[in-house]
Amino acid sequence: MNTDLNCDLCEKKATVFLTQIVGNKMQKVNLCESCSSQQGVTDPAGFALADLLTGIGSEKQLPRPSAPEDSVCPECGFTQSDFKKTGRFGCPSCYRVFRDSLDTLLSTMHRGTSHAGKVPSTFSLRDESESVLSELKQSLDVAVDKENYEEAARLRDEIRKIEEAVRQES
Amino acid sequence: MKFSTLLRKPAEWMEHAGPHGDIVITSRVRFARNVVGFPFPGWAEKSDRSSTLEMIRPVVEGLPEMKDAFSEELSNLNAMRKQVLVERHLISREHAARSTGSAAVMNRRQTLSMMINEEDHLRMQSLQPGLNLKAAYKALDKIDTSLESDLEFAFDRKLGYLTACPTNLGTGMRASVMLHLPALVLSDQIGQVIQAANKIGLAVRGLYGEGTEALANLFQISNQHTLGMAEDALVTRLHKVVEQIIENEKNARLKLMEDKLSMLRDQIGRAYAILRFAHVIPSKEALNLLSMLRLGMDLGFFPYEYRSEIDVLLMEIQPAHLQIAAKSKLDAQERDVLRAEIMRRKLKSLPEPDSVNPGDEDSAPETEDDAQP
Repeated sequence: MNTDLNCDLCEKKATVFLTQIVGNKMQKVNLCESCSSQQGVTDPAGFALADLLTGIGSEKQLPRPSAPEDSVCPECGFTQSDFKKTGRFGCPSCYRVFRDSLDTLLSTMHRGTSHAGKVPSTFSLRDESESVLSELKQSLDVAVDKENYEEAARLRDEIRKIEEAVRQES
Repeated sequence: MKFSTLLRKPAEWMEHAGPHGDIVITSRVRFARNVVGFPFPGWAEKSDRSSTLEMIRPVVEGLPEMKDAFSEELSNLNAMRKQVLVERHLISREHAARSTGSAAVMNRRQTLSMMINEEDHLRMQSLQPGLNLKAAYKALDKIDTSLESDLEFAFDRKLGYLTACPTNLGTGMRASVMLHLPALVLSDQIGQVIQAANKIGLAVRGLYGEGTEALANLFQISNQHTLGMAEDALVTRLHKVVEQIIENEKNARLKLMEDKLSMLRDQIGRAYAILRFAHVIPSKEALNLLSMLRLGMDLGFFPYEYRSEIDVLLMEIQPAHLQIAAKSKLDAQERDVLRAEIMRRKLKSLPEPDSVNPGDEDSAPETEDDAQP
């Protein structure tokens, strides 16, 4: 029997199990690695299990999504948990947003993970670079948010290079 | 074209058998496509669905292949009419459940049908009688290419055509073949065939019936994977496997004729007797007995010219077809009575199975002489 427990905050496999006694009540919580560090579980002083528990289910108190598992498609508002529920995506752009989590799924579903068939005649470098560009720009925003300036500079250069190539083609 | 016109004419595949028509009923190829910039139908607001419908429908109707087509929004079709289209394999069950913002467009010969706003913005299907996957694929590929100039399909270099469900990514293509396999079922070999097909990435399921049950011994075999292989490779592989299954079915038929002729005669004789003289017959029983008559025809127990009659009957005894023919809503019991009545009428002139010797050259094109005991 599978006894794996899932994280109480997201649905990933829980790897951190916490039991805390507050007053005369015992409380248990299961968390995955990323949620446990976000909640500051590793820092005993700053963590109160009761706070965490009361936060579960009330969306306001949940941390804003940052990991790809919690991302939202900017085009259609579709989320990863919507996909878990329906097995279908919201719009073509979802495939860019959720791509990172898709490879394993696709390899179990299909013969390969790369398209080997027909390419529409209207599909051009410009279309393709548009999708690559929007992906890079998203990563750039994330890098800036995280104050990872080295990465941001690299992404900025890459974006400029592609934009230049498209300008030259047209 | 009006619905009544569509209905009056049986689909081309029902009347004319194609290559390997004794075992293969139809070959079908389906493409899933979506236009960029809109959510998939299942996630879309009503207004988005209307927009994609308004964008796609005129383009599809304008195809030269769709001259004089039947085209209708699903909200304008009642449940019975939708069900008739499902029974004819022109729209899917899922599509029949939709209404506003979805439409169906199909040509007069019923070889081509387009579902707008099913699970994807556009699902197009090409249907050919017999084993003719390549022709079905070519016809659809041509249409797809001509649609490209008016519709911008969502496509990604790595993932191929982008579809609502990741199981359709890549080619977005599902190729399937409908097979009549009574001898493999009678000789208990069908399980092995299904397992072998599953192992190489092909799905096999009964055409009618739930779960593993396959009414009328009709099976549908199709590719499970759409990503990682090109369209023609998928089509060729399915074609080869189907050829192998045809070979297995033919061998099983010969073996039955050699080893179990009495059992075979009995089954076919009983099917004949019940269908000719019954007054109340449920759909499940009728389908299975018609399958035996069809087998009897292939084996030369009946004159061959009755074959298309049987295939048309397989379609016409289904619930919605019956009710449309009766021009009224019928409950299950009334349907069983009407079904039996149609059978008696249509099979009235069919001679008894014993009156023709199986193996006669005129009547049994598929049977070898040495199959006679």
